[in-house]
Parts: sequence; C-alpha cells; structure tokens
Amino acid sequence: MLNGTRRFGALAIAAAMVVGACSSTATASPAATDAMAAATPSAADAMASTPAAAPTTNCVTGSITTAGSTALQPLIQDAATAYAAACPGATVTVNGGGSGTGLSQVAAGSVNIGASDVLAASKLQAADAAKLVDHVVCRQGWIVVTNPDVTGVTNLTTQQNIDIWTGKDTNWNQVGGPDLPIVLIFRPQSSGTRATFLKLVLGGAKEATGGQTLTEDSNGAVTTAVTKTNGAVSVIGFSYYNDPANKSLLNGLQLDGVDATIANVGNSSYKLSADGNLYTNGTASGLTAAFLDFMMGSQVQGTIIPKDSYGPVAAQ
Amino acid sequence: MAQMTTTYEKVSLRAKRRWQDRIDIPQVVVFMAAASMIAIVALLLLFIFWQGIQLFVKDGQSIGTIFDSTWNPLADTPEYGILPFILGTLVVTVGALAISTPLSVGLALFLSEVAPNWAKSIVQPALEIFVGIPSVVWGWLGITVLVPWLSDTFPKKIALTLPIVGQVFSMPGFLTGFSWLAGSLVLSIMVLPTITSVSYDAFRAVPQELRTGSLALGTTRWQTIRHLLIPAALSGVLTAVVLGMTRAAGEALAVQMVIGNSPTLPAAITQPVTTLTSQITLDMGNTVFGEPWQDALWTMSLVLLIISVTSVVLVRVINKRRLGA
Repeated sequence: MLNGTRRFGALAIAAAMVVGACSSTATASPAATDAMAAATPSAADAMASTPAAAPTTNCVTGSITTAGSTALQPLIQDAATAYAAACPGATVTVNGGGSGTGLSQVAAGSVNIGASDVLAASKLQAADAAKLVDHVVCRQGWIVVTNPDVTGVTNLTTQQNIDIWTGKDTNWNQVGGPDLPIVLIFRPQSSGTRATFLKLVLGGAKEATGGQTLTEDSNGAVTTAVTKTNGAVSVIGFSYYNDPANKSLLNGLQLDGVDATIANVGNSSYKLSADGNLYTNGTASGLTAAFLDFMMGSQVQGTIIPKDSYGPVAAQ
Repeated sequence: MAQMTTTYEKVSLRAKRRWQDRIDIPQVVVFMAAASMIAIVALLLLFIFWQGIQLFVKDGQSIGTIFDSTWNPLADTPEYGILPFILGTLVVTVGALAISTPLSVGLALFLSEVAPNWAKSIVQPALEIFVGIPSVVWGWLGITVLVPWLSDTFPKKIALTLPIVGQVFSMPGFLTGFSWLAGSLVLSIMVLPTITSVSYDAFRAVPQELRTGSLALGTTRWQTIRHLLIPAALSGVLTAVVLGMTRAAGEALAVQMVIGNSPTLPAAITQPVTTLTSQITLDMGNTVFGEPWQDALWTMSLVLLIISVTSVVLVRVINKRRLGA
C-alpha cells in the first residue's frame, strides 16, 4: 500500500491530540515535577516550608490525580488551578472520563480522587463501594433546553416531561408550542446526567427509543446537536447552559414553573439537581486531604463555585 | 615497500569463535522486532477474546442474546442484544462502500491510465493529505455542515423538486439529518484514499505489454480499460474494497458524531442508527470494569475483531487466487 505509514502517523497524532484534550495539569511552577518525589506526608511541615501561600490555604507539596465526571470537571479544574497558584510545588492533574471511570479508577487506586454524579453504590460492587469515602463538594443542576425554534414553550411540568421523553407526545403543539415534531436528544444510558434525569424527573418511566431519538456523547456534543436540530430537546449541566457562547443558541426551560437557577438549587425548590461527589479510597491524607479541604474553603465555595454555575454546600 | 612476508596466525579449524561472532546481532534485533509484534497481536487477540466471552461465561447470558434486537442494560432484567449495533455497522459500511467504490476505482483508473503527469502531481499529494486528516475533523465537518444541510437545505430546497427523491424526503422520520445516510457519506470520504491507492497499485501492476498489445489490436482506451484492465486487476480492486470496508467498520469518532446513535434496528436510510464502535465509545467511560454492561461492550469489540480478521483472511484468499491464476 502506498500510504500505510502515513496513515499510522496520522493515527498517532490523533491519539496524541485525544490524550492531550482529556488531561490537563495545573502546575504552579516548573519545579513542581521535582517536588513530586519529595511529597511531604505531613501538612504541617509543608505549611512551614511554603510561606508564600495564602494564610487560609493548607499547602502540601506533591502531585495527585483526579478522574471522572465531565459535569464536575470544569469545577475541579478551576479549583486545581487556584490551589496550584496558592501553593507552589503542588500539582493536581484533572482528567475527565465519566463517572464510571472515576469510580473504578479510585477503587483500583490508580487515581487519588474519583469524581461522580451518582453514588458509588449504584455503580460499583458493594465491596468496592464500601472502601470509598464520599466528599460532597457542591450541588449541581441540570436544565432542559430546546432549539430556539420551539417558541412559546418556557416551562414544562414533570408530567409533560414524562409524556415527551417516553414518546407519548411527539409534537410541540401538544405542550403549547409550534407544530413541530419533537426530537429527543439523550445522553448514553450509562451517563450520570441521564440517570439523574431519569430518576428525579421521569420517575424511572421507560424512555422512548427509535425514530426521533438521538444519543450524543457529552454536554458539548448535546449542545451542538440541540442548536443544529429543529425541534430538539435535551438536558445539559448549568455550567454549559450559562456559558455565554451557548446561551443565545438555546432555549432554557423552567421545570414545574421553577427557574433553573443556582439559588433554586440551593433552596431545593428546583428538583433536577444532585450532589457533586468526590471519592477517595479510604480516608484522605496528604495533598489529597488538603485539596479536599481547599474545595470546601471560602475561595472555592464562595467564588469559584458560583462562577462555574454550581451550588455551594458549605456555609460562608 | 614493506616486507612482503606475512605471518599467519595459527588458527585451528575447530577453534571456538568469540560469542559476538557466534551471534548475529542484527539478525537477533530484527527477529526480536518481529517476535514482539507477533506477541503483541497474539496477546491482544487473547485479551479481547477473553473479555469478549465474559458476557456468556461470567454473566450467564446465552450466546444467542447477541442476536437479540433489544439493548436495554438498565432494565430490571438487563438485555444485551447487540444486533442493532452489528446491523448498523453493516449498513453504514455498505452504504459508504456503495458511494465510495465507483468514485475511488474511477479515480485510480484516471491516475493510472488517463492522467497527464501534471494532473498526477496534483491528485496524488491531495490524496495523501486526505489520509492525514484526523477523523474528528471529518466528524466535525459532518455535524456542522452536512447534518444541517441534510435536514434543512437539501429536503426543503432541492429534494422536494425532484420526482422520486422528493417522496423519500417527505416521509415522516427525515428530520434531523443525523442518519445512516450522513454516516455513510462521511465514511465514504474517509475510505476513498484507501480504496484509491490500493486499486491504483493493482492497475499499475498490469503488465504494460498487455496494454500495448490491446491498443495494437485497434481497441479504444475505454475498451482496453473495460475488457482488459478491470478483469486483470479485479482481485486487486476487491482487496482495496475489503480494506476500505475494514477501515469503515472500525471508524468510531466521525461516525458517532453524525449518525445519531439510536440503538434500534436500521429501518430507513434517513433514520438515526448506531454502530458497534460508536456504542463502545459512548459507554466505555461510564461503565465499570467487570460489570455485565462493560462485558457486553467487550463482546462488541470481539465482534469487531472477528469482522476485521475475516476481512484479512478474505484479502489473503483473494490474493492467493490472483497469484495462482
């Protein structure tokens, strides 16, 4: 064949791009990698050795890795960047991969923190789930969005959602919209977002299949598909909906007449929301414990969480 | 001049050579390279085979379930029928080959028989660039350009004015553009360089004497192509199509972005379908190693592997017949 080698070259480049896209590292200084070897087990020692840190930040040098939920990834990434900025010598590498990946990798010990939208017990074997310690660091909300051509629909009740997502209603004029067929855009069945929506809104009803149903991989792919498809409806995380680049292309709906806002997630009146769980294998120690403390501290809970459209869990 | 006498070292004919002389280092190096490649392939085959049968061995599903048409891992009694994925892969691939084969073989004939050198010097680098374009770029083009065009412009402005095509596009169900058709179109572009380059080689391998002989008999260039070149290079062209098929069946990313991933049996070319590869990429991150759901994904990988092994065997059989003839 003429171009076998070229093809493999292209594959290798593509693979490298994929790896690059999934993993990003927040590093305070170029020397951080050297510091990995010298990870200090005791937080107190490290504090003494890093006088540059903000007074409220418990600094531990070293390197940890997180993996899991893409819905939580923007928050963890921003928190990791802030922590690395406050604590030179600390490196937190944030990976996506999905809730299942996060849970199985933290149970296997290959990452320090596994992020998940759903509880460990619902994914892992009981023995594995029992080893994990849950740290709820935020509340996260999801919003039902449609293509902007679905005019006149600003609210869907739980019953209307059930009728639409089970395939009983197939045209927007059945729920007060234009004469336009409904196109359902799902996340994969294994997705934490889909599981949460199925449980909290649909009450476990059997979702429609076939004909007018699409399945897209991620929050980003769903957003693109909704904006490109007439009559499309889907469910995405707040942080993706509130991204200025997306907001004008989407029509966000109320649920049972309640606005999809962080305030309503906080006071529990908006029901399509869940805890953001960070799991550790056994009790956290060293940098992992310090980073989890940082996630519960005022900088993350008070500033980063509202900025990224999550709900805080710690009182300020 | 120096003294001409030479003193010969006393060497016994049975003398032991040094170990460096006894071992042919370059030979060992290339042998190791070949052996490690074979070992990697063998381990991979073993691993995927082992993981692929776990659904039947460990999770107690019967082998027949894979030909079941219901995929619902979340049900109280989970169903792991992967027929929709197998058929989806099959129809999307066949669609892509139906579009791509005539184009690619035509292009190969153009390059080998018709094109003047200056045209070759443009088309060949262009094909090589084609090969190097990552699949995500094709998928991205598909989702931003092709899918909206298929759902909007084409049915509303073009198709409805055509006699039969208009009927198809006014059928209920053709709405979203995310479809079997979109998947086949994207794939047909991606396999085009593979089929073209392999069939080009096949046409070039036909001895020049046959062409000149044929032309000496007074045939036109078209007659030579039709009655001489195509029959002579047929096995090579078939090899090209099978290789294209393997590439198409194994492509995940670009297809997943445009086919809608709806796990139902393919009913119409305008409907969303799903494939083995796209379901694996959708679910692998969210399932946990060892659970039946992920075992079902491994079974899909095994099916993909069987498809590609079958096509390798097919290529070898085709080539053996060519060499034997």
